[in-house]
This record gives sequence, structure tokens and C-alpha cells, in this order.
Amino acid sequence: MNDARLRLPLALAALPLVCFLVFPVAGLLLRASGEDILATFLGAQAAQAVTLSVTTTLLTVFIAVVCGTPAAYVIARKKFPGKSVLDALVDLPVVLPPSVAGIALLVTFGRRGMLGGMLASLGIELPFTVAAVVMAQVFVAAPLYIRTLAVAFAAVDRDLELAAAIDGASRWQSFLRVTLPLSLRGAVGGAIMTWARALGEFGATIIFAGNFPGRTQTMPLAIYMGFELDLHVALTLAAVLLVTSFGVLAAVKSLAGRWIQSA
Amino acid sequence: MLLITGAPPVAPAGAPPPPETRQRGGITLTVFAAASLNEAFRGAAAEFSAANPGTSFSFNFAGSQQLAQQIVLGARADVFASADMRQMRAAGSMIDSASIRVFVRNRLVVVVPPSPGRKVRHLTDLAAAGVKIVLAADAVPAGEYALRFIGECAASPGFPAGFRSAVMRNVVSYEENVRAVLAKVVLAEADAGIVYVTDAASVKNHGVDTVDIPGRLNVLAEYPVGRARESAHPAEAEQFIRFLLSRRGQEILEQSGFTRAVEPADGSGVTPAARGITPHE
Repeated sequence: MNDARLRLPLALAALPLVCFLVFPVAGLLLRASGEDILATFLGAQAAQAVTLSVTTTLLTVFIAVVCGTPAAYVIARKKFPGKSVLDALVDLPVVLPPSVAGIALLVTFGRRGMLGGMLASLGIELPFTVAAVVMAQVFVAAPLYIRTLAVAFAAVDRDLELAAAIDGASRWQSFLRVTLPLSLRGAVGGAIMTWARALGEFGATIIFAGNFPGRTQTMPLAIYMGFELDLHVALTLAAVLLVTSFGVLAAVKSLAGRWIQSA
Repeated sequence: MLLITGAPPVAPAGAPPPPETRQRGGITLTVFAAASLNEAFRGAAAEFSAANPGTSFSFNFAGSQQLAQQIVLGARADVFASADMRQMRAAGSMIDSASIRVFVRNRLVVVVPPSPGRKVRHLTDLAAAGVKIVLAADAVPAGEYALRFIGECAASPGFPAGFRSAVMRNVVSYEENVRAVLAKVVLAEADAGIVYVTDAASVKNHGVDTVDIPGRLNVLAEYPVGRARESAHPAEAEQFIRFLLSRRGQEILEQSGFTRAVEPADGSGVTPAARGITPHE
């Protein structure tokens, strides 16, 4: 098969979708000037939103990694009754409309909710707090990490773990020295996807956490509210979100690629 | 991502009308209306359609500020009904200024979750420590009216010094439209919200209690309606606006708890709102 002959038809077939994905990004960036972006970034409300978004999404990724790694291992390796149900449940928040996720969180953890009533009697009220922002993000984004890592765990050659065991490695050692390094690409990829999804989270946040500048108003909420108040501010904030997201994604991907290759 | 909720029917200007509007004898009026008009406009539309077979309605209910932005960005609307003149002006040249009329009025009320655990019984309780208040964002007409009402209270005898700042400290969320404020109170997540009397009336089965706001502290919200300059059905759009201003139209709005803007004696049924149209900023 001649590769050169395929190149043009392939490029032509891919072109419409690539254009469709690139044009809105270009359109947004063309409408926002660099000076405005800088000024918006330095503005108090935008800075608050950026800070809140960065801290909450990092916390979300941390929780996803700490609690999601064992979950991914169980899903990939263990057999138990009801496993397929658990498997589907983990994927559910990803396919749910975010507004449904927000309502579900509210009727569960709200003051009159299933668990919220108990929490309220302990003096803990979650809606309208930073904790609610993180909960909304973990709910919709952590499954992406679990899913990606579970696939990576499942792909690790069991013979390698067996070989480690024969060489005298404990199960914990074989997990740390063999399984985890071989799944690292999946873990990093999943963490990036979780972070990106958390950064863009809007629907569940505005319903469960509300919108209060500096406390629960993340970047997507600030953009949405700004869109109605001052399109200019919304455009520049949107461009900031776009540029930061792209920058971090590109940096993490290239770093992770190099790091994994050298490992 | 910007428009996850309430995606507008955006179409480029000059695009052919959707197929159903071209069918003989059948047109669809696209009405962009403030969230607070939801039930009232559905009722008015049903009656209008009954009297004018062949005219059906497609509604886009949202915060007026959001609708105004959608219209400015090219969303195709025939009629725009805003909860204040500021957002009608924000829609700018897209609305035929000669067609703009104030068609109904509304008042504010404080909504609270039904007992038990009710924390707000009097307006002064809004400033009590630990009360969670939800307002509409200040870009939303209901939010702006609510801020004005809080200011009125602060300047009145009977309210303690520092009332305004104490109330503002209690605000836990600024919602995107007035119905979202109502929802948070119905779910009892907030201890109080400030909405229109019509919103409180739309909640069935005692889902919320209210704390009335006396007339001298209340804010009179004036709702303007106008025809889109590029409306595909200008005659029908004008006809619907005239219906809203008619004796029957005003009755329907009144049934939803609105205050009429046209007195029954006023045979012409038209209140010019010219003072609101001229920009003064």
C-alpha cells in the first residue's frame, strides 16, 4: 500500500471536523485582545475565579488519584458479584447531563437531602461552599480517571507480575514496581482528562454550589455570568480559560511523554 | 460550554425560515420572555392560538439579560418580553423601538421554605446571623430590583443600622435567573430568596411561604415587550403584543399575580413607554 496516495484523501476527510474544532477557538481568540486578557486577569473577580478554579480542580485530581487508583484496580482485576453494575455506575456521571448531576447532589447532600439532613444535624452544610464545588467536580470528572486507569491496569501483562512474584516480590512490591509503572501513561492521561473536565465543569456546580464570587464562582461560572453582564469580560475570560487549558494540556502531555519514555 | 442551559435557537440572519413556518396557514411565533413570565405567557399563548388558529408559539424563557445577549448575537426572535427596560435597551437596535410598550407590572416578595426550621418571619430577620439568602445576579432584573429593595429597607425607619451590609453578608449565591432563586428556596437550601410575587404564586401545594413586602418598600417592576426588527412575522408579532395589552390579555396576566399596566377604562389598550426607550447613560 502506498502511503502517499492515501495522504490526500485522508486529509480531505479529516478537514471538515478539524476546521469545525479549530474555528471556534480561533474565533474566540480573535475577538479577545491580548491587552484585555491581561487586564481581565488582573481584575479582582477574574483573578478570584481563576484562583478558585485552579485550587478546586487540583484538589479534585488529588482526590481522584488517591481514591480512584484502588477503585480502578478493583474494577480491572477483581471478580465479584455485581461487578458489571459497579462498572456501569462508575461511568454514569460521565454520561449524565451535568444539570442532572447537580440536582442529584443537591437532593442527596442538601439540607433536606438523604445524607444532608444527617450532616446538617452535625452542623455541616455543604451547598454554597467550596466543598460543594469540589464535590461537583469529583462527581463528574473522577470517573474519567478511574476508567482510563482501569483500562491501563487490565492491559498489563499478568506474566510480568507472575515473574516478579517468582523472583520473590510481594504483591505490594509487584504492584509498585511492575503494574503501576506499566500503567503510568493511563494514570497520567486519566488525571489530565479529569482535571480538564473539572476545569470546565459548569452545570453541576451552579446547581449544587451556587454562584458566589470568590467562594463558588469558578471560571466557567464567571464566564457565563459575564456573558450576560459584559460580553467583553466574558470573551477575555473565555480566552484565558482556553489558553491556560491548552497550555497546561500541552505542557503536561509533552512532559509526561518524555518522563514515561525515560522511565 | 457557554450555553449549556437554555441553548437559544440561533440562526444566521437571512436564513430561510424553518419549514413549518412556511406551511400554508400555519406560522410559529418565537417569543423570548423573562423567566418570570413562564406560566402567564403559556396561558396567553394558548388563548391567542385558540382565537388565531394557525399561529403556534415557540418560547425561550430565561433571565432577560441572557435573552438580550442572545438577541444581540443573532438569535431569531419575533417578540421579546423583558423584566426591565435596561435589558430591553440592551437588545438595542434588534428590537423595533416604536413597538416597545410596558405591558405588565410586578412586585417583589420574600420567599422562605415552609416550617419547620423557618428562620425568616419578618423583613428584619434577613439581616440575622446565619440566614442563607439567595438572590438573582445583579445583571438579572430581579436581582437589580432586589438590591433596590434592600436599599429601600436600609434607608427606612424600623431597620437597624448596617442592615444592608448584614443582608449582603448573608447572600450565599447569585443565581442566573429568578426561577433558580425560587428553586433553591423550594428545596430549602436557602433560608430566604427575593423573587416576584408571581413566582411565589407559581409554586403549588404550599411549597414556599412568603414574607410580604409593604408597598412603600416594594419595587414596581415594569415589563416592556417589543417586536424584533427582523421578525419574519411582524404582523402576527404586533397582534400578539396588542393581545397582551388588551382587556383579556391583561386579565390573563393578572390571574398569574401580575399587576396590570393598562387600566380597563383605557380603551386603546396602549401605554406608550417612550421615557424608557431613550438611553440615559
